[in-house]
Amino acid sequence: MIWLNQIVQGVLLGGYYALIACGLSFMFGVMRVINLAHGSLAVLAAYVLWLLADRYEISPFLGLGLVLPAMAALGWVLQRAVLERSARGGLLVPILSTFGLAIVIDNLLFEQFGADTRSLAPYIDTLSYDSWTITDDIYVGELAALIFATAVVLLGGLQLFLSFTPLGRAIRATAEDPDTVGLVGIDARTVNAAATAIAMVTVGLAGGALAMRATFDPYAGAPQLIFAFEAAVIGGAGSLWGTLLGGIVLGVAQTIGAQISPQGFLIAGHAVFLAVLFARLWRGRIADWVRIRRGRIA
Amino acid sequence: MGPHSTGTHRMRTAITVERWTPLSIASVALAVAVLIGLAFGPLVLGANAVDELTTLFIYVILAVMWNALAGYGGLVSVGQQAFFGLGAYAAVRLADFGVGVYPALVLGALLVGLVSLPISAFMLRLKAGEFAIGMWVVAELAHLLVNLDSLVQGETGTSLIALNAYAAETRHALTYWVALGAMTALLGTVFALLRSRVGAAIQAIRDNEEAADAVGVRVLRTKRIVFVLAAFGAGMAGALWLATAISFQPKTYFSVQWTAYMIFMVLVGGLGTFEGAILGAVIFFAIEAWFGSAGVWYLVGLGATALVFALFLPRGLWGVLESRTGWRLLPVGYRLRFSDGGSPLPHGRTASVPVHAGGSTSQG
Repeated sequence: MIWLNQIVQGVLLGGYYALIACGLSFMFGVMRVINLAHGSLAVLAAYVLWLLADRYEISPFLGLGLVLPAMAALGWVLQRAVLERSARGGLLVPILSTFGLAIVIDNLLFEQFGADTRSLAPYIDTLSYDSWTITDDIYVGELAALIFATAVVLLGGLQLFLSFTPLGRAIRATAEDPDTVGLVGIDARTVNAAATAIAMVTVGLAGGALAMRATFDPYAGAPQLIFAFEAAVIGGAGSLWGTLLGGIVLGVAQTIGAQISPQGFLIAGHAVFLAVLFARLWRGRIADWVRIRRGRIA
Repeated sequence: MGPHSTGTHRMRTAITVERWTPLSIASVALAVAVLIGLAFGPLVLGANAVDELTTLFIYVILAVMWNALAGYGGLVSVGQQAFFGLGAYAAVRLADFGVGVYPALVLGALLVGLVSLPISAFMLRLKAGEFAIGMWVVAELAHLLVNLDSLVQGETGTSLIALNAYAAETRHALTYWVALGAMTALLGTVFALLRSRVGAAIQAIRDNEEAADAVGVRVLRTKRIVFVLAAFGAGMAGALWLATAISFQPKTYFSVQWTAYMIFMVLVGGLGTFEGAILGAVIFFAIEAWFGSAGVWYLVGLGATALVFALFLPRGLWGVLESRTGWRLLPVGYRLRFSDGGSPLPHGRTASVPVHAGGSTSQG
């Protein structure tokens, strides 16, 4: 029964990973860019929410109403000032520029807020520990369920948005061929800036979730980036529903690992990531082999 | 079909391919003279200067190895701290087993090179940004696994106690010589590699992987050579850092900051230029001496500088200098000279990379 509970907790944790991975996966799918400042930007949003709650007594949920539009604006600027120029330099420059940006954000946060760990848990009343008891051994935290539901709604919403709205179609067309879309009257620069703005809204939500469910510090961005990346890759980079599955796999692996040994939480997560990579590698080889055999027969 | 044949397309203008120029002969001779001069360092310099120079040698190793990986191989990794940390850990472990402390440094780095082979099988399948963060995951995992070793005692760490067998002055001098020797050997290896067929193949892959594959470059094998060499170099740097710092705390050695330093040095000096990486290491060494005490603001400055260079000067200081002056101090590329008095091609650093580099068909 204790294992079953671990799995339930792992699935719920996976909801958070899906939430933080959603923006990374979206940007990779749309612009082929992996933003190494992804985690640091989520932590930045977490600090702003914390500042609003601590200094101005604004509830974190109200705070999101301020932070999310600000994140969208930041995304627009990020695309125009950094990503667009980087992308012109080839595939490698965006990695270097966003890594530099991450270092700047992390250390500015440290400069501003010091090394103390913070959390939004004290500002959301009983939500941080309320839970539903399913059986004697299994409970479901309300906050964890809320985060999971947010991830599902967000991923589903993004999927619908990409499929059925004019902007969604423009984003997909731009991802397909940024040069040709100009011929049909789509401004690729504006579309990419809008896509980054949307991705940053999801990053803001993930930052809020991080701050409510756990503690964070100025250098918490790097692990968040790694978790997001692992979830996105396990689920198949660029696929939105895969991201949810990837988050769940990562979350379950970590909670089961933690049950086995104190250091097992992180080790099991990384190990599952590598195992999935390895499986993909082998699947590719087997597929190649089958194709060659078929080719010979034909 | 070498580059010589391009001449036939230009009617009467004969084109010769040159590697060595009077300038490059002079600068290589100067570099060799400097290295020989440096070998006498501990005999004439004070203890402080010896330590500082040892640090500089380690920075040069880090910059040159990361540049070989990213600048020439097109493999941007943000996880080279994995090999840096493992190099130090392997040295501690081997010394604990009773291996002599200085042989342990080199042997440790060799082990890291060996360990990087299976890692390459996973990681080289990933592209661009995925490879970059994938390597970071490897570094995190290596850090966690090293923490499990009871000798290391988790984050508390341990020390290279065996170094106490040497008097302080002897120790500093020995570490200096090992660092100088390692730096010289690695510089020589990268230099020779870049001038070989593998060097041409690496750069062809960086510039266009599909095209390189199509003309017969063995993409995966070539990448693996650079990857393992860079891992060995980072491992050597880690082991040498341990010899200067003595204490081994996993958190310090497996910190992503090491990769940040490497990226800073190479971006500022000149990504993909042999001279640029060395220049970047010297600049970083100077900046650290002047601003290192500024703490967090120093790190903000490093990140911001890397960002600005990536956006506005992606070829770095040496790249700018090179395109302005046409200087080529170290002959790692080819360039074309037109016999009718024309000047060399303005951007001809690798203007005519021979395409017959790889050999037979590609693999995987």
